[in-house]
Amino acid sequence: MSSAPRTATERTKLPYCHESFHNLQELRHSASLANKVFIQRDYTDGTVCKFQTKFPSELDSRIERTLFEDTVKTLNNYYAEAEKIGGQSYLEGCLACLTVYLIFLCIETRYEKVLKKISRYIQEQNEKVYAPRGLLITDPIERGMRVIEISVYEDRGSSGSSSGSSTTSSSGR
Amino acid sequence: MSAVMIIRKPTRKWEKLPGKNTFCCDGRVMMARQKGVFYLTLFLIVGTCSLFFAFECPYLAVHLSPAIPVFAVLLFIFVMAMLLRTSFSDPGVLPRALPEEANFIEMEIEAANGNVLAGQRPPPRIKNVQINNQIVKLKYCYTCKIFRPPRASHCSICDNCVDRFDHHCPWVGNCVGKRNYRYFYLFTLSLSLLTIYIFAFNIVHVVLREYRSKKMFHVVSLTPHCTVLEVLVCFFTIWSVVGLTGFHTYLISLNQTTNEDIKGSWSGKNRVQNPYSHKNIIKNCCEVLCSPTFPSVLDRRGVMLEDSSSPTHSDASAASTHKSSNPVSQTTKSSAPLIPNEHTPDEAKPGIGAGTQKSTSSPKGEKPPSPTSPNAVAPAVIKESTH
Repeated sequence: MSSAPRTATERTKLPYCHESFHNLQELRHSASLANKVFIQRDYTDGTVCKFQTKFPSELDSRIERTLFEDTVKTLNNYYAEAEKIGGQSYLEGCLACLTVYLIFLCIETRYEKVLKKISRYIQEQNEKVYAPRGLLITDPIERGMRVIEISVYEDRGSSGSSSGSSTTSSSGR
Repeated sequence: MSAVMIIRKPTRKWEKLPGKNTFCCDGRVMMARQKGVFYLTLFLIVGTCSLFFAFECPYLAVHLSPAIPVFAVLLFIFVMAMLLRTSFSDPGVLPRALPEEANFIEMEIEAANGNVLAGQRPPPRIKNVQINNQIVKLKYCYTCKIFRPPRASHCSICDNCVDRFDHHCPWVGNCVGKRNYRYFYLFTLSLSLLTIYIFAFNIVHVVLREYRSKKMFHVVSLTPHCTVLEVLVCFFTIWSVVGLTGFHTYLISLNQTTNEDIKGSWSGKNRVQNPYSHKNIIKNCCEVLCSPTFPSVLDRRGVMLEDSSSPTHSDASAASTHKSSNPVSQTTKSSAPLIPNEHTPDEAKPGIGAGTQKSTSSPKGEKPPSPTSPNAVAPAVIKESTH
């Protein structure tokens, strides 16, 4: 089972390519980094990993509020699922304790499994929603689970979509 | 295949991590710098148990029950495993802010503080957050350039901010924080049991010998010196370790950390009540001991990308890093995009997929697997990636 690459930079080096991926590559090719927006943690429920859904003003012209809020809410749900204390976490804890934690050499913890799901979700969101709008989300684990970093790109040439389509044919496979 | 291959040991991220930690086994093991007291702990535990197994156990196994040494061995293994797990794992270190994030926070602070008159001290950097309807102050860490999450604290010995910081324990040679607190607690608990066990059976051993020899007044001559030594060590250990276990049991039942207890964060009339406590002892214990194991956010064994400057260069190398491309030409420019790490999918790194993948996020403290040498990794992949 391959581990999904955690940063957007690494994802551009994946060997498979399809139409939407070209948008992500063209983002690098024709756009330059203008700004970075950081979505901070929301501590109202305690130390559980949860991010603020407040829409940052810098993204006002770049993306619809609902799309952004959906992304952050889905991420919050994933983290809540990972940190849920229930039957499964007790079982995992007891089993691990009995085997002196050697069992983690063989199996993955629940948190790690959810982190992989999160990584795939962020990649999918980048490809479908954010890259076409000139934005890129960095997985929070790359930033110590403190912030969601959103990189804002400006088009270097004319409009982003036209430069994307023109260079698609040259670098397409 | 070109003969030009740069065999270079990849730089792993642990080599460039700030902070005063020492790393072993190519980043798998993480400890504080001062390890002298940790070696003393190891020596005391291993030494006392060896004496017990060598001198008391044969006698007790024969005259009482063979289950006694068996249980002692199991307990000893558990104690050592918990000690090594506590000492070698990442306690929950928060990585320092990258320059862009630090600047973003600075701008926020300046916007919040408004204009400061020349000569006046700027106000302290504090953020107020509401947690479970209580106001908690988050302090700014000048070293790490972040606002510390609730319950995090900066350890001056390790020079890191640690999440849910409990204390820095010299006996285990590491900080005790969110990720290794339960191992630390289990270590003190099992060590208490082991110490009491050895102490008790030493007494039993002495009494049995006396009973069999029927010479009640010649205790000292019949008791081997090592038994006396063991009894002394156990006696002093019991007072400290059992006391510590009791103290941490109390803290767990209230969902507090040692740091909060020492500072008196939640005690006193004018202070807020602990917003993290569930007001239920069982729930608090479950949260501290049975919550899911958090992965480390310090990517210690990830490979440093040497070339991360211009987007065009990285894209040029990205565009050609496909299965059909010849990777050898890449190595002459920059070996960075080709060196696999846990981000590279397995089909691109056939030889080492199993080795590097597991050891990234959760450290395996007690018995680190024998590592595949990084020198072997890089050239192996450079050769094999065209398949």
